[in-house]
Amino acid sequence: MASHILEMRSISKSFPGVKALDEVSFQVAPGEIHCLVGENGAGKSTLMKVLSGVYPHGSYSGDILFNGKVQSFRGISDSEHAGIAIIYQELALFPELPVFENILMGNELTKGLAIDWNETVHKASEMLKMVRLSVNPELKVKDLGIGQQQLVEIAKALCKDVKLLILDEPTAALNEDDCENLLKLLRELRGHGVTCVMISHRLKEVIQIADTVTVLRDGRTICTLDARKGEVTEAILIKNMVGREITNIYPERKHEKPGDVILEVRNWSGYSPKLGRQVLKAVNFQVRKGEIIGLAGLMGSGRTELAKSIFGNPDGFELEGELLFAGVPRSFRSPKEAIDAGLAYATEDRKGNGLILIQDVKSNITLARLKKISHRGVTDNNLEVKAANEYKNSLNIKTPSVEQKVVNLSGGNQQKVSIGKWLFVEPRVLILDEPTRGIDVGAKYEIYTIMNRLVEQGMSIIMISSELPEILGMSDRIYVVSAGRISGEVSRAEANQEKIMHLATQ
Amino acid sequence: MTIQDLREALTKNIRDYGMYIALFVIMAIFTIATQGLFLSPRNIADLMNQTGYIAVLAVGMTLVIVIRHIDLSVGFLAGFLGAVSAVMLTTWHLPVLLVIPAVLVLGTLAGLLTALPVARLGIPSFVASLAGWLIFRGLLLSTLSGTGTIQIADPTFIALGNGSIPDFPIPQVPNPSGEGTVDAFLPGLHKLTLLLGLLAVVWFIVSDFRNRKVKKSYNFAVIPNDMFILKQVFVASALGFITWNLAGYNGMGWTVVIMLVVVVVYDWVSRQTVLGRHIYAVGGNPEAAELSGIGVARITMLVFGSMGFLCGLAGILFASRLQSAGPTGGTLFELDAIAAAYIGGVSAAGGVGKITGSMVGALVYMSLRNGMNLMGVDESLQYIIRGGVLALAVIFDVTTRRVKR
Repeated sequence: MASHILEMRSISKSFPGVKALDEVSFQVAPGEIHCLVGENGAGKSTLMKVLSGVYPHGSYSGDILFNGKVQSFRGISDSEHAGIAIIYQELALFPELPVFENILMGNELTKGLAIDWNETVHKASEMLKMVRLSVNPELKVKDLGIGQQQLVEIAKALCKDVKLLILDEPTAALNEDDCENLLKLLRELRGHGVTCVMISHRLKEVIQIADTVTVLRDGRTICTLDARKGEVTEAILIKNMVGREITNIYPERKHEKPGDVILEVRNWSGYSPKLGRQVLKAVNFQVRKGEIIGLAGLMGSGRTELAKSIFGNPDGFELEGELLFAGVPRSFRSPKEAIDAGLAYATEDRKGNGLILIQDVKSNITLARLKKISHRGVTDNNLEVKAANEYKNSLNIKTPSVEQKVVNLSGGNQQKVSIGKWLFVEPRVLILDEPTRGIDVGAKYEIYTIMNRLVEQGMSIIMISSELPEILGMSDRIYVVSAGRISGEVSRAEANQEKIMHLATQ
Repeated sequence: MTIQDLREALTKNIRDYGMYIALFVIMAIFTIATQGLFLSPRNIADLMNQTGYIAVLAVGMTLVIVIRHIDLSVGFLAGFLGAVSAVMLTTWHLPVLLVIPAVLVLGTLAGLLTALPVARLGIPSFVASLAGWLIFRGLLLSTLSGTGTIQIADPTFIALGNGSIPDFPIPQVPNPSGEGTVDAFLPGLHKLTLLLGLLAVVWFIVSDFRNRKVKKSYNFAVIPNDMFILKQVFVASALGFITWNLAGYNGMGWTVVIMLVVVVVYDWVSRQTVLGRHIYAVGGNPEAAELSGIGVARITMLVFGSMGFLCGLAGILFASRLQSAGPTGGTLFELDAIAAAYIGGVSAAGGVGKITGSMVGALVYMSLRNGMNLMGVDESLQYIIRGGVLALAVIFDVTTRRVKR
């Protein structure tokens, strides 16, 4: 085999509290399509950010060899200069600018001090031909479809005389036709000598296109497989992606026979006018009293959208289908109505839209139901402090006092405040979106214990999680979400990581 | 108490007290520069009456900025509403007791109208209220187009900006040192003002003590004992001083009464009611507030509505003070109010800002104007100094906030 165009040797990178990459090695041969797969949080994106210079030389350990030379990129401009282009899932285009300007952004063709617009349009048209996108280069990018925008991004990268093209989940937001087109284009580019690294969750397309596949798990390289030798099958990939030992960090709970159905959706579909696509497709599921339902799936599969669509639909989806709460058909027009009915939703992004960081612990805990600590609209400070202290003690929130600002607490304690806030409204169904993301093992265990206590008291919990062991360790029943659909329901007894990953990557 | 303790307590609480210290320093400088004229009873009364309408607007603006918006239309809305009250009183001869509520209602409606595109369609408030600025300016001009400046003669109305509260009826005795009669006791002083001032001091001390006791019972951090006493002495003497001065002139003006009522009510609503908590939650994190079941659009409407209501009040106070309404009434009030709110410690990032702070901010701002006028400082220099103080106040606010985190 020819020598490698890219070789990453023993790359390690730590963030406070986590080792994101642990001695990762990664080699890419020239002219191949190399797929990088792994679960959420396996370290794929971090590795690519190290490569592209987003994390500059010195912030990681290990060596990057590109074109046979050791590189020390200090920023994206360095890596671009060397011939590496990266296209992120979130496209970095300027929606209000025309296609031709986007393609040559950062690579402007000039005549003297001024931009040579004729040459720019000409060059852009050539690039568009190369990626087989036949649109008027004068069109604004926002008027293109997502698939077309992706091609514009690739055209932009090609314009910079790229040697290594990195695509981070390029097909996640595309429909099937656009996917086909993109894969065809990648093969063509391979014919032109462009090397390509693609991160993807869709294993079918990985098998379809990859020459080589590298699997990452928990920040380590697990294996590199040669697809041309037929080493790659879906089963092999899944096994390598999930083959983690499940350590027993989940507290015991008696899995009693669940009670009546408390929440049910039938044929539940949602269209997002903001995103311009269908986010939920004919979803059916039910939650019983005293049950923990695991909602598994990959990021962006529609789990959060499903939760929000039930919880008063704050994002303004156009919804169809039936929602039954305690056996009664309901339609919640705002989070307030959902809360009043007995639903609660602790968001996945506690800093972004969960807590009010600049306010203190007690204000955050009581916010969703101030009625409980007030008489005729006037708040009672003593009652509030008493209530907040109750949750501080029962959830073991580590803070000097309930007057401490939430911004000063650790991630785990912030999460407990968030849970306390929703327990304060005394819900019948509690939706927890990634309840243990970014918190340490000890705090995780405490949160699991709290969840068990709550269901024993008759509450129902829907837990959205990207961590398979957590889903398996905590759930009574598991629904797997993929591309806005429920791709399968798995009972506790039959559940294993392979099965869920298989459903999630459908 | 050692100097060290004092310094530590000051640095810890500098955000809360910085403005009071600034006010104290500014007043001291002007007092020295004007050989005491600045702190004369007459000037204190003047200063209070001048501050009234800006303080009222600053209170409303505080809540607007807290929910991450801005209202540029308040100046000409106040001017327009002042003109409306003049027309109603002078041209239409309507009774003052009808005019005042009508103007307040009109102001509230105008505020709600400005808020409608902001709350329902997500139009930036800067733009929506800029449109309001133009519209209300046009309305002000058209209201006075046939008449020009309208004089107001109604005595009740004029008293709001110029008059004082009545005093107790006191038996008169012959003046020992000259002609006529004087009050039988405390001659030359306004007794009701003294009584109100005394009550305010007692109320402040009692409630602060009770507050401290409650906090201690929950083991919350409280300022050290000696600092606490120092604060009590400082506030009590400041209140006492103002009271004594007001009593020594004509007594407490109606403007001061109105301003204090507005501040006390808004401060209470912002801290002690569900509505207030919702307002600050929306400012702190609108998305989290919405997901906590708070109607962000409803809160936005309410806050702008209250701003409009206060514009009505400010317009009345200003027209009353001038005893007339002219076509330039309200010019740049919005920027004065915004400046006062920022000096008072409101954060542009939203969710932070005290009502009392904004009142003190207004007092600082108007003290600068009043003091420099007394000193005969050139107007051009006055603007520059006021701009400098505003910049300093915001820099102070941002840097102390950073230290705390």
